[in-house]
Amino acid sequence: MTQASTLFDKLWNDHVVVPETPNAPAVLYIDLHIVHEVTTPQAFSLLREKGLPVRRPDLTLATMDHSTPTTPLASFKDLPIVADGAANQIRQMEKNCRDFGIELLGFGSEHRGIVHVIGPELGATQPGKTIVCGDSHSSTHGAFGAFAFGIGTTEVGHVLATQCLLQRKPKTMAINIDGQMPDGVSAKDLILAIIGEIGVEGGTGYVLEYRGNAIRSFNMEQRMTVCNMSIEAGARAGLIAPDDTTFEYLHGRPRVPRGVDWDKAVTRWQALRTDDAATYDKSVTLDVRCLQPMVTFGTNPGMVIGVNDPVPDAGNDPSFRKALDYMQLTPGKPLSHNSIDVVFIGSCTNGRISDLEQAAAILRGHKIAAGVRMLVVPGSQQIKNEAEARGLDIIFKKAGAEWREAGCSMCIGMNGDIVKPGQLSVSTSNRNFEGRQGIGARTILASPATAAASAIRGRVTDPRSI
Amino acid sequence: MKAIKRIQSRTVVLATKDIDTDQIIPARFLTTTSREGLGKNLFHDLRYNKDGSDKPDFPLNAATAKGCEILVAGRNVGCGSSREHAPWALLDYGFRAVISTAIADIFRNNSLKNGLVPVVVDDDLHQYLLSKPGIEIDIDIVASTLTLPDGRVVEFPIDVFARHCLIEGIDQLGYLRNHADTIQSFEEARSWTP
Repeated sequence: MTQASTLFDKLWNDHVVVPETPNAPAVLYIDLHIVHEVTTPQAFSLLREKGLPVRRPDLTLATMDHSTPTTPLASFKDLPIVADGAANQIRQMEKNCRDFGIELLGFGSEHRGIVHVIGPELGATQPGKTIVCGDSHSSTHGAFGAFAFGIGTTEVGHVLATQCLLQRKPKTMAINIDGQMPDGVSAKDLILAIIGEIGVEGGTGYVLEYRGNAIRSFNMEQRMTVCNMSIEAGARAGLIAPDDTTFEYLHGRPRVPRGVDWDKAVTRWQALRTDDAATYDKSVTLDVRCLQPMVTFGTNPGMVIGVNDPVPDAGNDPSFRKALDYMQLTPGKPLSHNSIDVVFIGSCTNGRISDLEQAAAILRGHKIAAGVRMLVVPGSQQIKNEAEARGLDIIFKKAGAEWREAGCSMCIGMNGDIVKPGQLSVSTSNRNFEGRQGIGARTILASPATAAASAIRGRVTDPRSI
Repeated sequence: MKAIKRIQSRTVVLATKDIDTDQIIPARFLTTTSREGLGKNLFHDLRYNKDGSDKPDFPLNAATAKGCEILVAGRNVGCGSSREHAPWALLDYGFRAVISTAIADIFRNNSLKNGLVPVVVDDDLHQYLLSKPGIEIDIDIVASTLTLPDGRVVEFPIDVFARHCLIEGIDQLGYLRNHADTIQSFEEARSWTP
């Protein structure tokens, strides 16, 4: 009998080209490399300097998302690009893909979108794969039972040239979700609560595996929201074992196997689960039966409270005080005490069709509050088309929101979609860091439902009250 | 990468916890296609006023901070985005080592690949370093030790392979490429293809 293994052990073992030793890390094979315009130019320059080809362009998928404009215009190709730097980066990406034979889902492609949205949407993201991208939210793909993690540009170069990375095996942490989620509480609320529980460095050095009935009952988009923010707890990756929900989501997507090959793949994927006798390096259990909609109040995603709870006092912690000073929030008062200026719905965390559906369900028949600017940015052009087919764009526009083309947009604020200095934003994205959404921007992270409800009232609002 | 064996320098202290890579180099400076010249925008929004003048109370702007190559930072430095522009900016500015009680995973990996030495110390030593900005420290990478002005010598943990690459100036891509045959055999022997 073989030794009991965790899901992560199985993924790791299946990709070891050269085992790790005390003196050297493992050489780990990468099955899918997703590349975008911002973190790759220097890697391609290195290949040119060394005269190296891309080893497996067929396992490399390129798109543009971070610095691309989201302004709706009739001809996407003629869109103005906000800065010369961004325009140059985009031209460079087109040239790099041409020169190295990489498929680019660029402007004009109906499949363009955020890296972590299009991988799953195309079915390129599959259980059992190793997936990397020069973007920390690569942990998203772990929702399919893939080992997926963010890398730097030097490592992007390593994967382009060798299809491998040098890696030390991380430790494993089980995140056991006890009980079923209450109505009106979302996957975003759950992951914010988890980060609040284990802290922004609680996952450092670990791969988190999310387990329990609540996770099993989540659809793939909810699972992606959870895995997406694993990095915000410092984790190397997040994982959810694949099941029928995973296979149903993938079936028929453009890049999954067909016919007999599909059946074989599903059989292989079904073995991707943690054996009953396997142990984790660490386990954390969270009871979610009384979970509230969650919001952040500080400048990292671990500074989180229930939507109606008072902002905590800083006590003697200078970093905590600095965060509250930056956010200009009053300890002892709930966030609804402050009026908000901006609402952003989108990003690789919450820019998928079910996220837009939830926001639209709250907004239907309402107007956003006077003085609030609301931006709704679909995660991909496919999602944009689907939302329009369902009439969601009409609901958003009637409510007074701006409906945009796909991209990272106001999550990272590289493309001109920014929150102005001092403005308070309720955002469905993943980072409330100082200046993340623009210089001096103050960000409250929330679910799509909470963000939409807050847009209506002009204050942070419990979506269950609408 | 240039071999790096020893760093002797005074320290600059940024005591705040969880300094993320967005603070180290804000996203609007990532539209570059080069890894050079990012130092002027290091900690941009903490370091400069709106008119571009220096914020006088930011530690990097103190006259005593000029030429310092060692950054002592609060716990969990480098969290957040995977942007390698963060170590590029620190190196371009002149830093060669970052000391904290905890260093975020991707930032640590990126730093090691560029010759920025991540040094993890315990709480007691961290408190001492935070309370004494500007002290002269000797970091011996070969021995994996810090020597403090009072003569104390403290070992710090560093991955054996990463240390070897730092002190010999080894290019990890070259190391990986030496495994090309093994990689090819692995691909041919797989029971499934991605």
